[in-house]
Amino acid sequence: MSDHLVSPTGGAGPAADATTAPDPATDATLTPAADPAAPLPDPALAPAATPALAPPADPAAPPPADELVDETGAVERVFQRRRSLAQLLPSRSAKLVVGVTLLGAVVLFAVLGPWLVDDPRAISTDMLVAPGTSGHLLGTNQAGQDLFAQLAYGVRGSLIIGVAVGLMATVLSALFGVLGTYLGGVADDGFALFTNVVLVIPGLPLTIVIANYVPADRRGLLLIAAVLAITSWAASARVLRAVTLSVRQRDYVAAARVAGEKTWRVLVVEILPNLIPVMAGQLVFAIIFAILGEAGLSFLGLGANGSFTLGTILYFAWQSLALTQGAWWWFVPPGLLIALVGMALSLINFSIDEIINPKLRQSTRAARKQWGLTPEQLALLKEGDVR
Amino acid sequence: MRFYFQKVLFYLVALWAALTLNFAIPRLMPGDPVSIIVMKMAAAGQVITPETRHAITVQLGGVGEGGWWSQYWQYLVNLAHGDLGVSIANYPVKVSTILGNALPWTVTLVGLATVLAFVLGVGLGILAGWRRGSVWDNLIPVATFFQAVPYFWLALILLLLLSRTWQVFPFAQGYDTVAWPIITPGLNWPFVKSAVYHGCLPAATIVLSSIAGWMLGMRNMMVSTLSEDHILTAEAKGLKPGRVRWTYAARNAVLPSLSGFAISLGFVVAGSIVMETVFSYPGVGFQLWKAVSNNDYPLMQGTFLVISIAVLAANLLVDLLLGLIDPRTRARA
Repeated sequence: MSDHLVSPTGGAGPAADATTAPDPATDATLTPAADPAAPLPDPALAPAATPALAPPADPAAPPPADELVDETGAVERVFQRRRSLAQLLPSRSAKLVVGVTLLGAVVLFAVLGPWLVDDPRAISTDMLVAPGTSGHLLGTNQAGQDLFAQLAYGVRGSLIIGVAVGLMATVLSALFGVLGTYLGGVADDGFALFTNVVLVIPGLPLTIVIANYVPADRRGLLLIAAVLAITSWAASARVLRAVTLSVRQRDYVAAARVAGEKTWRVLVVEILPNLIPVMAGQLVFAIIFAILGEAGLSFLGLGANGSFTLGTILYFAWQSLALTQGAWWWFVPPGLLIALVGMALSLINFSIDEIINPKLRQSTRAARKQWGLTPEQLALLKEGDVR
Repeated sequence: MRFYFQKVLFYLVALWAALTLNFAIPRLMPGDPVSIIVMKMAAAGQVITPETRHAITVQLGGVGEGGWWSQYWQYLVNLAHGDLGVSIANYPVKVSTILGNALPWTVTLVGLATVLAFVLGVGLGILAGWRRGSVWDNLIPVATFFQAVPYFWLALILLLLLSRTWQVFPFAQGYDTVAWPIITPGLNWPFVKSAVYHGCLPAATIVLSSIAGWMLGMRNMMVSTLSEDHILTAEAKGLKPGRVRWTYAARNAVLPSLSGFAISLGFVVAGSIVMETVFSYPGVGFQLWKAVSNNDYPLMQGTFLVISIAVLAANLLVDLLLGLIDPRTRARA
């Protein structure tokens, strides 16, 4: 499996061929993993392989139609390969484009914003001014602090928490979902029971209780992230367990075990690659959960000490009665940003789902008609409506 | 029978885990509630003697007194008697009394709103899945937006629009507490009318925020189910589309939504807790917030327990229901 991901980057035409036919030089134990008979490995391959494959193919065939006439062999095969990869990817990626664009914009704002704005804590005499007045793009709060500056720092804080929690939760879910399942027996039963128990105990109340027992001065960013991660891994672990159970029973895993491979190697090399798309989706979901959870905690005044997140802005807005004063510009943008980040991540998640589960892809009658057509027929179809 | 026995046993284990967590957290965490309260009292100008300290320690359930095992046993015995300790902020009211008053509010509000959101969300999901690739797919981005909206923020927006700008709904509280003649909580018409009126915005918040999750899950399951062979067979047999949609597709597609109920309910409960504080709704979440802001540790722990038990009970109910409507779950047990 890994050789498939690496070889296309090797160079132009001939190297790209390695992806069409299995390279005879590859490690014998690895080939079964890339067997197309197994439904999961191929989608797993798609997201990583496409960007790597595109560059070598492009210089060789700028207008594909001409190349098809001029040359035969390598180029045509590359073209076919590209087409089949394109089929693996979600056919209508408008969701993906919108999601990535939105997320990119927000991340850019979080990275560059704090460099461009002044100190978000600097107070001024422009108290509670509306957006656009006296140089404050998004207005100011009760202490005359610039809300645009606060927003820039807040987005950064929220995203940092989100990514940290997402990574931690994913590692935890992999540990409990994959390891126990693979080992089987008592370990599996114990892990599964533990996962299910953690799943049904409500997370946020638990987080609130834990956070409140930590003194405010010791409530750091890392601690809040850890607490959120501890309460949010269980759902993913349960899904991973189900997927691992099905992967574990595949023939190639049995072959690897019979061949005497070590447990960690079977887990990391044979099983884990199949879980990557599922885990990617879970990571995205965990980030949304974390950003929302942190906002809720901060809103209750239990956020990380000294941190600046979208939740803390909302907390201060609510505490200072921004609502009764009608200062909508204080609390509308932070929540809107949270929702936009969540929406972007969800849309990306949707596209990941469509890679994992081909059934979710566009399979309207019009889309289905195009599946068996050649590139020329497709081009004709695009020009004039043949339907 | 075996299935039901296993389910009940599992939830008993989960309940025990929640109780034990509730016991262990205060003892494992670095913070010392007694010191925090003593510091607050000292800051308020009260004289602190060793006796004061001891009194607070006893009041908090004897943290740090005796061995862990005897404490744990005492804790379980107290719980068995329904004794959750005494609230610090509302001294000398018992925690169980406070929560007993708050629980009906939350259970009614969250329960009704969740059922409503489930029915609406699943219905929309069926429609979007059935007509995949049509204009109904435009619901997806809208739904993902609402899925990621923080409950409390949506509550603020609703208040801003429907209570401040256009004064359609009341600003806070669970019922009209300043009305004349005085409304007494109970089963009487003025109270029910006032409670429903005050519950509109909180319920709308829950429904708007949680409907998207049900809808997206249902839509995806519907699309997956529609590509199954038995659907093709049903279509080939010439069955009416309505029958294929409801009896063949939707019925199977709704099962994962039900079996994933635990996750979804966790989200709704989490969101409602924070949302209740925005509306000053007299439910359990508002009590939790008050407990947090007053360092009322007995009340906070009691709230956590009550919320956990309620969530466990709801999940047990749904699991049993799932066993009833899906024979496969029983067979697997």
